[in-house]
Amino acid sequence: MAFKGTLVIDTEHCKGCAVCTTGCPNHCIALSKKVNKKGYNFLELINDDCIGCANCAVICPDGIIEVYRVKV
Amino acid sequence: MTREEIIKPENLVYKKTPVLTSNVMHYCPGCGHGLVHRIIAEVIEEMDIQDKTIGVAPVGCAVLAYNYFDVDCIEAAHGRAPAVGTGIKRLYPNHFVFTYQGDGDLAAIGTAETIHAANRGENMTMIFVNNGIYGMTGGQMAPTTLKGMKTSTSPYGRDLQTMGNPLKITELIAQLPGALYVTRQAVHTPALARKCKKAIRQAFENQKLNQGTSFVEIVSNCNSGWKLPAVKANEWLEENMLPFYPLGDLKNNK
Repeated sequence: MAFKGTLVIDTEHCKGCAVCTTGCPNHCIALSKKVNKKGYNFLELINDDCIGCANCAVICPDGIIEVYRVKV
Repeated sequence: MTREEIIKPENLVYKKTPVLTSNVMHYCPGCGHGLVHRIIAEVIEEMDIQDKTIGVAPVGCAVLAYNYFDVDCIEAAHGRAPAVGTGIKRLYPNHFVFTYQGDGDLAAIGTAETIHAANRGENMTMIFVNNGIYGMTGGQMAPTTLKGMKTSTSPYGRDLQTMGNPLKITELIAQLPGALYVTRQAVHTPALARKCKKAIRQAFENQKLNQGTSFVEIVSNCNSGWKLPAVKANEWLEENMLPFYPLGDLKNNK
């Protein structure tokens, strides 16, 4: 059984600390080269390998990540 | 399977808890305070005690904590959160009371209140966020600053001869007969954050037993005060803070 997940990221409230990227087992999130209104490089999903483990959301200090997961 | 097919309410596994307000936190990027706030709020949501919880905010970085928790909160004078919490708990013994303090507040100016509240065995939960520095005022040396650590008031590193030794206040509290549950946790990795949530859950559940104080220390980072990026600050924490402040339960009399 495998899982497939995806994230909904509140990019306007991301502070670009990158703590979440250290917790991702599949390296599917990274900071964007673009910036939000506050001038922070926000988080974005860079590939389709997300399994919805919610590690990123659990250690996001600002709670900007929503995680969705399905069994495939 | 497309992204739109996955994003449905029935597939939701993690979302910011409604016990936190929608206000954007003022903490620096990567600060552990935001995460500790959310863990406390998640515990309050899971235990369904939002209407019966009263928080006591400290002076320090977390001084505006009452803007972020959607529960009743009161702001205490510097270091006096355990004294204020004592008063609230004695007036409302069926409510859940927690104090939220940093190391400058709990371990420096509030040492007397902290130790005496724990020694009396006040039936409340004390959350202590230890980052070894005075973050809000500009990174001055705190009682918990490590040996040799550079801060704005110890620019050549903390010298034990002239500046004294780092204070392990959690070990002091663990010796007191009034303390029921004393533990030290961290939140810089997902596994530790999940473990910390279990510890805070137990600290809140202990209030139902009315047997003493529950004290949770959380070793956290201060990337602004330590002058490091957030990820590097977490690495520094693991290499330097954790050997001196080892994680785990120091006392569990439940």
